[in-house]
Amino acid sequence: MSAPARPTYSHLADILFFNLTRSAALLVLVLLTAIIASLVHGSWDSISHFGFRFLFSSSWDPVASTFGAWRPIQGTLITSFIALLIGVPISFGIALFLTELSPLWLRRPLGIAIELLAGIPSIIYGIWGLFVVAPILMEGKRLEGLGITIPAIQPWLTEVTSGIPIIGHLFDGPPFGIGMFTAGLILAIMVIPYIASVMRDVFEVVPPMLKESAYGLGATTWEVVWNVVLPYTRTGVVGGIMLGLGRALGETMAVTFVIGNSYDAIDSLFHPGNSIASILANEFAEASDALHYGALIEMGLILFLITFVVLACSKLLLLRLQKGEGSNA
Amino acid sequence: MHLSLGRKLIATTFLSLSCHAQATDIIGAGASFPYPLYAKWAEVYKQKTGTGLNYQSIGSGGGIKQIQAKTVDFGASDAPMKPEELVKNGLYQFPTVMGGVVPVYNLPGVAVGQLKLTPTVLADIYLGKIKNWNDPAIAALNKGVALPDLRVNIVRRADGSGTTFIFTNYLSKVSADWKAKVGEGTAVAWPAGIGGKGNEGVAAYVQRLKGAIGYVEYAYAKRNKLSYVTLQNREGVFIEPNEASFKAAATYADWKNAPGFYEILTNEPGKDSWPIVGATFILMHKKQDKLASAKDVLKFFEWAYSAEGDKLSMDLDYIPMPEEVVTQIKASWKQMTDANGASVLK
Repeated sequence: MSAPARPTYSHLADILFFNLTRSAALLVLVLLTAIIASLVHGSWDSISHFGFRFLFSSSWDPVASTFGAWRPIQGTLITSFIALLIGVPISFGIALFLTELSPLWLRRPLGIAIELLAGIPSIIYGIWGLFVVAPILMEGKRLEGLGITIPAIQPWLTEVTSGIPIIGHLFDGPPFGIGMFTAGLILAIMVIPYIASVMRDVFEVVPPMLKESAYGLGATTWEVVWNVVLPYTRTGVVGGIMLGLGRALGETMAVTFVIGNSYDAIDSLFHPGNSIASILANEFAEASDALHYGALIEMGLILFLITFVVLACSKLLLLRLQKGEGSNA
Repeated sequence: MHLSLGRKLIATTFLSLSCHAQATDIIGAGASFPYPLYAKWAEVYKQKTGTGLNYQSIGSGGGIKQIQAKTVDFGASDAPMKPEELVKNGLYQFPTVMGGVVPVYNLPGVAVGQLKLTPTVLADIYLGKIKNWNDPAIAALNKGVALPDLRVNIVRRADGSGTTFIFTNYLSKVSADWKAKVGEGTAVAWPAGIGGKGNEGVAAYVQRLKGAIGYVEYAYAKRNKLSYVTLQNREGVFIEPNEASFKAAATYADWKNAPGFYEILTNEPGKDSWPIVGATFILMHKKQDKLASAKDVLKFFEWAYSAEGDKLSMDLDYIPMPEEVVTQIKASWKQMTDANGASVLK
């Protein structure tokens, strides 16, 4: 844009508008820096006292004032991983059905139902997880009205997987109903609407010409999806998965309800554990000791960094994918 | 008469709506355990006197921080502050009400109060040494009770809490092993078990998990109709938790020789004492900058210790302080001074 000879009213308005939007954008950076600065400042007691040991120490003893972040980090990553493992294939199925296979009249109600799922407050998921899902996982349930019996899922999983080398170990444990597995399951249900709606939106923008050409060549629906739709939309799909992962990492209330809140060593997925967000929710109010308080803030800082690393990795992945697209074309 | 009272009510309602912390309102913050009672007291007291109490239930740790920062007129804490720390911070504390902590269980076929435990066995359960309900140590205490072959599922608090402080303080007193391995505090490194958030969280887990044992405030055990343990006290008597056995523990406690009322009512002597009782405390600055509000706070608690306040406490399953302790508390208020060192109560 070339500069006009003399400032006019509309030009001034333009400058004003430019600066307004710029300061709005800068505000984000300022806020981000301020949050990091205050987290580092708040956790300084703990950072200077424990150093790097904090990350890999698994002791959490408020009486002896020794704190370590390893167990909550582990719990956060494991539950989020379970959530994606269950959530991504289901979301993919939902999005695929809605865009390719579903009869037209069903698309809108189904789409709205999924968006409603995203609108449920997380504490509701927590209560539902504790009072409905956990008992079913632990001892099953007989639905009298329907004459159906839901089997006890955890003992069943233990039985089926026993003997299989690593997987059997994962599902071997007393069926509490609450623990890492349940937390992951609830998280999966919570991230599905996010991932599914992003996937549906990007699947919808695939040009019909491309799909019809593939069908014209005699491709099956699955071949069209796998070879045309997914390659065309993979940036969007990865973006949607990362959005879900971001939600799973930071989810607090629902996880606190069902994860079991224990610092024990995790010997199976059925074991109660904890996540960074859940220990913050649990311990912040009563942490009067300076070191305990500092350690909790440092946990917040770590969660912040994990989220940052995840986002950075997904951006890198997207960049690589986009490059690949260029060369393929 | 009626009209003017109605007007007053409307006026006070509007005032409290328009401005949260006006000059006449007392501001307090801290412990969540006494919150339902403080809220009830505040409601009734406001109707009587027009002075409101704005109490924020942010947890004992938060209450201590707020009173140190002087953002509130009083802080509230479930664990008493040690006398030397009181001196260091220029604070003064007194107990308001007591509550019992009760071990509760979920054992099919074992009725309420039927399960008898000794302090050592209770500590061994929480240490993770006793893993099954039909363990010989439990069976020996409960002859004639059909103890099921169930895993012991230990439930405890996940959040820091005064209830945990009282419970772990008790276990430390009765078990040297517990004292060495775990110790006492509002949050500890539990050797085993799962954590519930709040009394309601522990109560929910115990109700849901077969073979569970947990500990909750008496009010929660009573309202949720949880099966409580009959526990052996210091004199060797197996005693049930109720208002009378909590009050007995408080009267045997040696308040006179406890500087700053630093007294934890666990493992008290007396044949009729329940062994796990604790009081909740109010923290105030010894030297008051804001004389008027300090006076308002003391007036509020003076009323709270009256027969009317006591009745409200008992309605909500809290145990009022025994009369002689209240006399001592009121006498100790004279310690509080204004900036020049003159007593607030004059």
